[in-house]
Amino acid sequence: MSAVIEEHHDHHDHKPTGIGRWLFSTNHKDIGTMYLWFSFIMFFIGGALALVIRAELFEPGLQFVEPELFNQLTTLHGLIMVFGVIMPAFVGLANWMIPMMIGAPDMALPRMNNWSFWLLPGAFGLLIASLVMSLMGMGSAPNFGWTFYAPLSTTYGPASTDYFIFSVHMMGISSIMGAINIIATIMNMRAPGMTYMKMPIFVWTWFITAYLLIAVMPVLAGVVTMMLTDRHFGTSFFNAAGGGDPVLFQHVFWFFGHPEVYIMILPSFGIISQIVPTFARKKIFGYSSMVYATASIAFLSFIVWAHHMFTTGMPVAGELFFMYATMLIAVPTGVKVFNWVSTMWRGSLSFETPMLFAIAFIFLFTIGGFTGLMLCIVPADFQYHDTYFVVAHFHYVLVTGAAFGIMAGVYYWIPKWTGNMYDETLGKWHFWLSVISVNVLFFPMHFLGLAGMPRRIPDYSLQFAEFNAVASIGAFVFGFTQLIFLYNVIKTARGKTSVKATSQVWEGAEGLEWTLPSPAPFHSFTTPPQVK
Amino acid sequence: MSVHPKQNTGGDANKKIIVWLMAIVIGMFGFGFALVPLYNVFCSVTGLNGKTGGQIALPAVLNVDTSREITVEFVATLNENMPWSFYPDVRSVKVHPGEPTRISFYAKNNTNEKIIGQAIPSVAPGLAATYFHKTECFCFTEQTLQAGEEKHMPVVFIIDSDIPKDVNVLTLSYTFFIKPGSEAAVSLAHNSKHQEL
Ligand code: HEM
Ligand SMILES: [Cu+2]
Repeated sequence: MSAVIEEHHDHHDHKPTGIGRWLFSTNHKDIGTMYLWFSFIMFFIGGALALVIRAELFEPGLQFVEPELFNQLTTLHGLIMVFGVIMPAFVGLANWMIPMMIGAPDMALPRMNNWSFWLLPGAFGLLIASLVMSLMGMGSAPNFGWTFYAPLSTTYGPASTDYFIFSVHMMGISSIMGAINIIATIMNMRAPGMTYMKMPIFVWTWFITAYLLIAVMPVLAGVVTMMLTDRHFGTSFFNAAGGGDPVLFQHVFWFFGHPEVYIMILPSFGIISQIVPTFARKKIFGYSSMVYATASIAFLSFIVWAHHMFTTGMPVAGELFFMYATMLIAVPTGVKVFNWVSTMWRGSLSFETPMLFAIAFIFLFTIGGFTGLMLCIVPADFQYHDTYFVVAHFHYVLVTGAAFGIMAGVYYWIPKWTGNMYDETLGKWHFWLSVISVNVLFFPMHFLGLAGMPRRIPDYSLQFAEFNAVASIGAFVFGFTQLIFLYNVIKTARGKTSVKATSQVWEGAEGLEWTLPSPAPFHSFTTPPQVK
Repeated sequence: MSVHPKQNTGGDANKKIIVWLMAIVIGMFGFGFALVPLYNVFCSVTGLNGKTGGQIALPAVLNVDTSREITVEFVATLNENMPWSFYPDVRSVKVHPGEPTRISFYAKNNTNEKIIGQAIPSVAPGLAATYFHKTECFCFTEQTLQAGEEKHMPVVFIIDSDIPKDVNVLTLSYTFFIKPGSEAAVSLAHNSKHQEL
């Protein structure tokens, strides 16, 4: 993707060369590329951990990993996928696309942009180092799950928990700086005539996501700071012995955690809202309702956090409040699904890879939304909580939701980034193998959860054997299928595909990014376009 | 760079946004910490989490409701690593609401070093916790036991006569913790870490 070909259209359109181009980059496209590659590498690392987990769970009994290591693998898998894959991929897409979509030359704060990217390799280097050290027999990596509940992470946390805390602080600072940059870009750099209600939906969803990040990443920083002082400086925020309360941890964590899950889906909503109109050759149905629905989802996400805590002994009034508030989120979410379907209705559809992923997204994300609705019914959640049903729910919304959205976006925009059309045949193989295997992988988990299989365990009773074996087979097929994606991306970036992309790329696409040549020049709009 | 006048790429506009957003960031960082006292206030007002209130003075006029009898059960638990013996001298008592009752717990330090402990009370059902008052309790202060020392520690409590009619049994439980950060806590935690690794 780095093969941006020189376009000679302006005297200052030169770019630095060598390693310095990347280390000191202030260019939104180069930084976007680095974010995307970082996320891609993390995807394979996190995926490798998942395959070890699924290998262990292929049959009952302990085969490959001890329970202690198993816990470290689930923890690192979750943390890497959430903070190292989904979030950086979104920031990468934002970097690449937002300036081009709003007619700006670059991001508003290019130097901060560089810094927010380069914090990430440090953060994840630290986290992964703790796993490597654990494998070499030096202590344990974080082993308390991606939700790091106290007292597992305070009183009982391994020494590497301090690495984890520092790493979360770095990721937090990186996300906050990224969000500030995106907000400043959108507010200050829109081309003349580009009013807020003319912005592409992807820009809108990122605008709202950036505000969510600004609001909740500091709370995450706060909670890990409290952990740090509990561990080393004699405070007792979460320690009952000193007058604290471990349940408080869950409140503070989920006050961050639930908006965080929307941070991980809203930009994908945006991507899908760009792709569906293009391949339906129609305008998006209900543009303004899309914007308002996104804003209401963001608002509601702040008042539903305790649906993760129904079993901690809340009063009935509290359980009812959080149940109804959570159900309410299904309304604006339903509006979005309705709008996508209506956009396709009577459109002249074609099914290139981005559209296939988008349709799969709409279908499978909705399944995840439905299981979410099941989980938010208090008495039902008493049964489902901490079982594989929850695992099935959030993998539907995160893998076939967030991740499929990202893949759709990469296929959709890679011709613009590289100037080359990706290999459509490989894209279709990638899609069909992924969409089948991902269901083989996650659908049986619903049944396992309903039958009572707890999550985060390395071994299980015999009656769960068949569905686990099926899920593991799905996992391996899904995992290796992603190599096709990697190959296709590399092939496209290196220009080894046969078709060169035009500037329009997709016949039905609308928006400023398609007025730029493909590959997009190093600096986007040096003269702002006039938007009518 | 030829920037159209309407496009606001200037440093000042950016600075304003950065200042505003950083204010939100700092505010939300503070808000995370503000959740701690908010949570505690919320729990003590509603009595959730079974947290009982602090010490109260014995009321001058007692308002005893002899028509009702409530069973109060006692539970004593030791937190991990706490090398004491700890149990209630009586398992349960029957009391009238409004009547002060005195009971006691027994604790013994089984080691040959001084240990400072802190007992944390909890009442179940949680919604009844606000009606449970203590005028005297070993949990109000830290308890120090010298090597091998034992003692009987009193608790005096009153159940509010307003307690809902459907509450007939209450459980008062204490968990004894080693005082965090004390010498014994450090050395005991150290030993158990070594066993784990
Ligand atoms: C209609 C929308 C949704 C509803 C009603 C909903 C509801 C819920 C509920 C009630 C739980 C707690 C289950 C339990 O632990 O017992 C849960 C867990 C979870 N949800 Fe959702 N959800 C929705 C959408 C989403 C989305 C869009 C995402 C992310 C993209 C998401 C990610 C998660 C995650 C990661 C967990 C598990 C957290 C953990 O314990 O590790 N959910 N959801
Ligand atoms: Cu949630």
